[in-house]
Amino acid sequence: MRHRIIPILLLKNNGLYKGIHFKDHKYVGDPINAVKIFNDKEVDELVFLDINASCEQKEPNYNILRDIASECFMPLAYGGGVSSLEMIKEILRVGIEKVVLNTHAVRNPLFVQEAVKYFGSSTIVVSIDVKKSFWGNNYNVYINSGKEKTNLQAVEWAIELEKMGVGEIIVNSIDKDGTLSGYDINLIRRIVDVVKIPVIAAGGGSSLTDFVKICKHHKASASAAGAYFVFQGKHNAVLITYPTQVEIEKEFDSFVELIN
Amino acid sequence: MIVIIDYGLGNLGSIKNMLRKIGYNSEISSETKIVDQASKIILPGVGSFDTGMSKLNDLGLVPLLNKKVNDEKTPVLGICLGAQLMCQSSEEGELNGLGWFDAKVLAFKGRFDSGKELPVPNMGWLDVAVKKENVLIGNLPLNPRFYFVHSYFMASNQTEDILLSSNYSFDYTSALHKENIYGVQFHPEKSHKYGFQLLKNFAEI
Repeated sequence: MRHRIIPILLLKNNGLYKGIHFKDHKYVGDPINAVKIFNDKEVDELVFLDINASCEQKEPNYNILRDIASECFMPLAYGGGVSSLEMIKEILRVGIEKVVLNTHAVRNPLFVQEAVKYFGSSTIVVSIDVKKSFWGNNYNVYINSGKEKTNLQAVEWAIELEKMGVGEIIVNSIDKDGTLSGYDINLIRRIVDVVKIPVIAAGGGSSLTDFVKICKHHKASASAAGAYFVFQGKHNAVLITYPTQVEIEKEFDSFVELIN
Repeated sequence: MIVIIDYGLGNLGSIKNMLRKIGYNSEISSETKIVDQASKIILPGVGSFDTGMSKLNDLGLVPLLNKKVNDEKTPVLGICLGAQLMCQSSEEGELNGLGWFDAKVLAFKGRFDSGKELPVPNMGWLDVAVKKENVLIGNLPLNPRFYFVHSYFMASNQTEDILLSSNYSFDYTSALHKENIYGVQFHPEKSHKYGFQLLKNFAEI
């Protein structure tokens, strides 16, 4: 099986943004234009997250999602402000097949179960935003684009989500976000070791080697990243990029799968 | 006109989008009048087997689909759950399928060899191996791969119906074909250039 390498793109109003530690977001371009580039590069999958929708309690921006979906010929997921079955229905109707829950999954776990029951496991993804506690080794779950701390622990929450029938989990490290310093391997590993559903590693991915290693050595099902796909060089010049299939295959072939 | 059967759930817009991009008009509908006029039928679907079959039954589409497909030999392409519904039955549900393929739908869970378990659902890109030549898979770009999302897979009793196979810990059937009937487990509408070619091939049959 080929592990997926997934750009996570952040939407705010009608633009694409990227920040660091979920803050200081910088404009990186037009989403439709980015989709067209990613199409040409035959990207494995795209995830769009609206970073304002939950905080401002807005409905998803269906118009821009429709435009994105009509140009997107690869798997596509959307998250941001999704709090009802009606919203999920509308998101699927505009041509997106996976919906990412986060804030409202924590606030209302019953909603997750209803969504899974209604739309099927494979449609419902939950993203867990995680920050390591200053003291000790706790992985705390945050919601509201990282602004609000919950009393959930990432590992327990992941187990809970699997029980609720969620199709896959994105594990996103706030500490690593935008830093291009590699994944939080310990965090990913802890979760992969206790759930059977696919886990997508996010936060810190900075190279093709990172992407392949977190899957082949640490059993993530997919590797996601943001900054890597939109910034270039030490001054973070904006450049939409994705490795070629040949480069990806070469990197995968060079890694031996480790047993535990 | 290609008619994409709308039976409630699922991402139908993306199939229509891809067809439009390659120059084919299609209509998303569940109306018997429109389905009856179809020159080609696409049976998509996301969700569970019994939900899918009950929706088709409730809409009164089953006798019409049988007439179109079995009597009139209208080309039909089942995608994901749509392909599974073309089989006789599924471990996921109690209801009978359309029964166009002499095949059953089996669960991944419990069928992996010990030590070779993989996450279920299978979500991601897999290579396909060609089991027989067919127009549906003609001219595919080199090393074809498709996007899959499923927890159940089709197992045919007729080896001559097997069109493509894939490997997810073990080899399984990823596409079936019999006369005018095609069923693919993967999502061509989400498989960029490989999907474009496959849908183009279907549209040109």
